[in-house]
Amino acid sequence: MADWEVVIGLEIHAQLATQSKIFSGSPTAYGAPPNTQASLVDLAYPGVLPVLNAEAVRMAVKFGLSIGAEVARRSVFARKNYFYPDLPKGYQISQYELPVVKQGKLAVMLDDGTVKIIGITRAHLEEDAGKSLHEGLAHASGIDLNRAGTPLLEIVSEPDMRSAKEAVAYMKKIHTLVRYLEICDGNMQEGSFRCDANVSMRPRGREKFGTRAEIKNLNSFRFVEKAIHYEVARQVELLESGGSVVQETRLYDSDKDETRSMRSKEEANDYRYFPDPDLLPVQIDESFIDAVRATLPELPDDKAARFARDFGLSAYDAGVLSASRELGAYFEAVLNELGAAHAKLAANWVMGDLSSALNRDNVDIAVSRVTPPYLSGLLLRIVDQTISGKIAKDVFEAMWSEGRPADAIIEAKGLKQITDSGAIEAVIDAVMAANPKQLADYRSGKDKLFGFFVGQVMKATEGKANPAQLNELLKRKLGGGA
Amino acid sequence: MTLHTLSIGELSARMARKELSSAELTRYFLARIERLNPALNAMITLTAEQAVQAAQAADQRRAAGEQGQLLGIPLIHKDIFCTDGVRTSCGSRMLDNFIAPYDATVVARLKAAGAVMLGKSNMDEFAMGSSNETSYYGPVKNPWDTAKVPGGSSGGSAAAAAARLAAFTTGTDTGGSIRQPAALTGVTGVKPTYGRVSRYGMVAFASSLDQAGVFARTAADAAIVLQAMAGFDPKDSTSIDAPVPDYPATLDAPLSGVKIGLLREFFEGLEARNSALIHDALKIYRSLGAETVEVSLPHLPLSVPTYYVVAPAECSSNLSRFDGVRFGYRCENPKDLLDLYKRSRGEGFGPEVKRRIMTGTYVLSAGYFDAYYLKAQKVRRLITDDFRAAFHKVDLLIGPTTPTPAFAIGAKVDDPITMYLNDIYTIGANLAGLPGLSLPCGFVEDLPMGLQLIGPHFSEAKLLNAAHRFQQATDWHSRSPRGYE
Repeated sequence: MADWEVVIGLEIHAQLATQSKIFSGSPTAYGAPPNTQASLVDLAYPGVLPVLNAEAVRMAVKFGLSIGAEVARRSVFARKNYFYPDLPKGYQISQYELPVVKQGKLAVMLDDGTVKIIGITRAHLEEDAGKSLHEGLAHASGIDLNRAGTPLLEIVSEPDMRSAKEAVAYMKKIHTLVRYLEICDGNMQEGSFRCDANVSMRPRGREKFGTRAEIKNLNSFRFVEKAIHYEVARQVELLESGGSVVQETRLYDSDKDETRSMRSKEEANDYRYFPDPDLLPVQIDESFIDAVRATLPELPDDKAARFARDFGLSAYDAGVLSASRELGAYFEAVLNELGAAHAKLAANWVMGDLSSALNRDNVDIAVSRVTPPYLSGLLLRIVDQTISGKIAKDVFEAMWSEGRPADAIIEAKGLKQITDSGAIEAVIDAVMAANPKQLADYRSGKDKLFGFFVGQVMKATEGKANPAQLNELLKRKLGGGA
Repeated sequence: MTLHTLSIGELSARMARKELSSAELTRYFLARIERLNPALNAMITLTAEQAVQAAQAADQRRAAGEQGQLLGIPLIHKDIFCTDGVRTSCGSRMLDNFIAPYDATVVARLKAAGAVMLGKSNMDEFAMGSSNETSYYGPVKNPWDTAKVPGGSSGGSAAAAAARLAAFTTGTDTGGSIRQPAALTGVTGVKPTYGRVSRYGMVAFASSLDQAGVFARTAADAAIVLQAMAGFDPKDSTSIDAPVPDYPATLDAPLSGVKIGLLREFFEGLEARNSALIHDALKIYRSLGAETVEVSLPHLPLSVPTYYVVAPAECSSNLSRFDGVRFGYRCENPKDLLDLYKRSRGEGFGPEVKRRIMTGTYVLSAGYFDAYYLKAQKVRRLITDDFRAAFHKVDLLIGPTTPTPAFAIGAKVDDPITMYLNDIYTIGANLAGLPGLSLPCGFVEDLPMGLQLIGPHFSEAKLLNAAHRFQQATDWHSRSPRGYE
């Protein structure tokens, strides 16, 4: 059996978060009743003309700058001609030979911690089509043109990915980036972020690419991974049984977890691209680019590097905490009160208890009841030894469910840690007195019984004895010290 | 009463003096249409009721003290302009049932100026034709000889202007569709610079060539109308944001020192009688102080083949929206989507439109794109450069508008190439986006001939000035066909 290598390239469609459509003034909001957000321009009435939404261009340029790409000083809209009922004009306005963004790259961290650079061939602006509706209609199809004309940025990668995991890591990174830039809401259920995957196989070590299949419209990270796995298995089986892969477009069926042929290369449309004579070439000058550059936020990689450098976090922690602007901002807000010296503690809590609770209850970090001041308030009590880390977990849960600050909960529940040596010693004395046999055994060499005594003291103090102090005092007392 | 021979300026002056109301004038022209149009078939839709209402509204505006040369002046729009609440057929079965839900910018601007729409004029289907014989509503007859074509595609508007069915009419010019019919019907027709007048609401034929303009009795009338039509429109990305000069103000400017270039390529093979008329016109220009020199545009003879690649390419895409799904003609009982497309388009479009869609689809197809579309765009650039070079030497170019006077209805319908060659002198200006004007300059076999003026971009004022001075020195423009005096 040959050793096969998969080659993957992705075309990601990110819906741009503009207020209005790319060539008309209609709103872009999702979920309105069918055809209530379609103007005469969107309906392609006779005589209407497109007018480019400058905001879409600004967002595309913002993306280009964030991946170190070349922003084309002149780009051209072209018509992609084909007939379909949800494509009102009979052509889609897209960019073909001269896209607005050319040649960028993105660093993607893989599971094993290595960083891989994925090339981005281009990113171009285009309009989305409408939707055909087939459900609930007898002997008819419905057409909803609310989505027609919604601006999309199509981000085309080089065929640089060599596994489904790499493809997903790349897609997630783009997802992070477009949300950082606030150019796309990243909502995959609503189709705001989706991709087509080009997948081909070649014997490992061979330069030449194999024939590829294009899998259309993958709208979740999981589907991308599963579809690629299925496609790899399908193509390998074909190749090993002496067959060959046909260049074609395939559709991933998530219910059956398989890809199916939509149309072969022979059946493919001849789109007859040509420059759209209704739109002038897009001219972008230095001052426009500089103005956009000034609006760039700190990018995920820069933020991660800063977290690692300034706070001494591991690359992994820094990566997780910079995966979204909101998470990074939350973390920094916690540190503001807590102090950078306790960054590791804050990182553990944000990535641990807080993230689990947010996920468990499906809460957006922006509306978390445990706000950054609440969390830092809790962590300060760990730092100043008012409570132990273990008690803190209970306090966190109480904060999460009651929405009260840590101090109020600690006070109300009497969870304050016992740090008075005299008080701890008194409990130790009582425990030793109550367990003479264990004491004797310990003193005759059964070191393991140390844990038993810790447990007994904690039980007696309801877990509130300061663990470090307890350890020290107990060691001395059990050893027969004063 | 012969109100139809009066100029826009005279009509508006009478209304200002309260000697005439727009309602009277409108009823006058409506009656004239009713009497004369049956022989011409120049109209597709009459909007008599709305016209009278609009006229009364214009009279009220005048009574309230409003002035304005076009306030209350009746016009006819080519049926390619969308008119809110009124059928906009574009001469096609495809849009026979289409009531436009909005006004084209041209329509809105003339409405705002107070002009009164009498109806919509006949035209070649989707503006594709040079004789008005491709209309779903039947051919338009030339008022000078009803056995002859009026030219196209704005044949209805040209015939209506020649027969004085309105004070002026609108048209569109993609390859000569204003200038050629203006020449064949003996009226003044202006195709402005590409981008000077908004294309919004004009049913698109070839977007990079289409331009709206006007038919009028005189250059002076055309100047008034163009003044109202021209100007930047944010709804048309190709319209140009540059101030509109005062066209009427410079009509009388002297022509002394103006350099007029005689287009050598336009005279090669031109019939002697036609050539003589142009040379007579040149004599008049010289007598007005202009200087005439011969210039050559070596790539101009490539205009027709270039045009018949570019225009069909754009139209094949522009007409894709007519699919039977949202508006316009839909076939009976489609059995599936493909059937819906095929029969709606097959039954809704006429043969010339289909020919051009097929030609355009072919030249854009993979494997042919470079040889046809791309090559045509390169030649288009060369033609544009030729014009640019010529305008370094001269202020205006002059030549015939058409090779021959109006031809017989039916004479060329079976020979599209001969038909296409009728636009040989007009297409160049469209490819280069230049303004052009045709004005009457004499007769051949009792049929009017046109003199064509072409100027640099945004030289409409100069063209109108040159045409006006010619009309001050001649009376070709005031001749009327028999029965329409």
